[in-house]
Amino acid sequence: MNKQIHWYILLFAVSVLVQVLFMNNLQFSRFLNPYFYLLFIIILPMNIPRYLLLLLGFILGMTIDVFTNTPGIHASATVFVAFLRPFILNASNLDDKEKVMCPTMANIGFTLFFRYAAILIVIHHFFLFYIEIFSFTGFLQTFLRSFLSSIFTFVFIVISQFLIFRK
Amino acid sequence: MRNLLNFFIKYHVLFLFLVLELLSLTFIIRYNNFHQVKFLNSSNQISGKVYEKAQSVREYFTLRKTNEKLALENALLRQSLQSMLASDIQRSVELNVGENRVKAISAKVINNSVNKQYNYLTLNRGSRHGVKPEMGIICSDGIVGVILNVTENYSTALSVLNGRWSVNAKLKSSNHFGPLRWEGKNPYLVILEEIPYHVKIADNEEVVTSGFSSMFPDGVSIGHVVKVEHREGDSFQKAWVQLSTDFKSLMYVEIIESVSKREQLQLEKLNSDE
Repeated sequence: MNKQIHWYILLFAVSVLVQVLFMNNLQFSRFLNPYFYLLFIIILPMNIPRYLLLLLGFILGMTIDVFTNTPGIHASATVFVAFLRPFILNASNLDDKEKVMCPTMANIGFTLFFRYAAILIVIHHFFLFYIEIFSFTGFLQTFLRSFLSSIFTFVFIVISQFLIFRK
Repeated sequence: MRNLLNFFIKYHVLFLFLVLELLSLTFIIRYNNFHQVKFLNSSNQISGKVYEKAQSVREYFTLRKTNEKLALENALLRQSLQSMLASDIQRSVELNVGENRVKAISAKVINNSVNKQYNYLTLNRGSRHGVKPEMGIICSDGIVGVILNVTENYSTALSVLNGRWSVNAKLKSSNHFGPLRWEGKNPYLVILEEIPYHVKIADNEEVVTSGFSSMFPDGVSIGHVVKVEHREGDSFQKAWVQLSTDFKSLMYVEIIESVSKREQLQLEKLNSDE
């Protein structure tokens, strides 16, 4: 258990640093802004208490906000997906055996992980980009931004699954 | 009372969610004047340190480019030095006094973005080096932004590519001025607005700062006009301006303070007191 906590602290630091030092500097286009730090929320253990999940989501979002000068924007989006995560997981019909583990791709299989992570990422990105612009002017542009960035984030998160969470 | 308590315990997750979400939204709304949440930005000590370390690594890989740029600037400076020596020295000193005399602090950009809606810079100079909020920032190519927050060793700045800020600019040849703002899309294009309809704007016409705001002296380069738009029935026209500063490769900048600024501000204060 203790080992697990250390591991998650490390994962937190890594996903924040990868986000602010690498992902935020990928300036291909303003339509492709990956938010890789979601990895941390995605693979927290399935049996984590919901209040802890919310608090960790808030801390994660606030840390990213401190680095990007956007107080509250990332925090509101991460708290939102942290709140929705149990519902999304419940809807994925997992076995009882799988319910005690972390929802990584190696543990729950590609199809389930694909569906679960994609829903979480898309919700997060849409929330984030609309909160960021804080209006519905340029609705379609923001829609496109959210959608394309979601795909981009998803690709990075799947790659991370192959790199660090192999069985 | 007990029922109420039970109610809270039963729905504690929902309440926690609402509290955290409201807290975040409060931050977002107060963000417009977020001098109040000073500790929550990248000029704070921890994130400043992280960015500085990362920047020193990045710098190593762009040494060649920086060298070329410096050499180019050197050549330019030498050239202008020669022409200055050739001209009347007495006159150039007077010019310096007559126009804005400017104090400059050189700084390194340790964090920067161009693809967000509101882009900010973090610089490695702070109050210890004499940086104060609302000082202007320029680089060898032109205008960069304005200082927002300052800590002891770092400062954050609004870049021109930030929808929350606009600077007063003018056409160099005709002196017609208007606000310059970024529309939030292309990091090379800004819009100069409120130019009267009768003014003819030539292609490629140069756009510079107007010197009305105390942040920038008169005539700092901003860019050149690439497109003009006039809507039917509108008494003003808009000009798209290509920025001369390349924000994607910004590395060294100068923070400037006009020496005569204080005097100008004091004088202008007399007007509002009356």
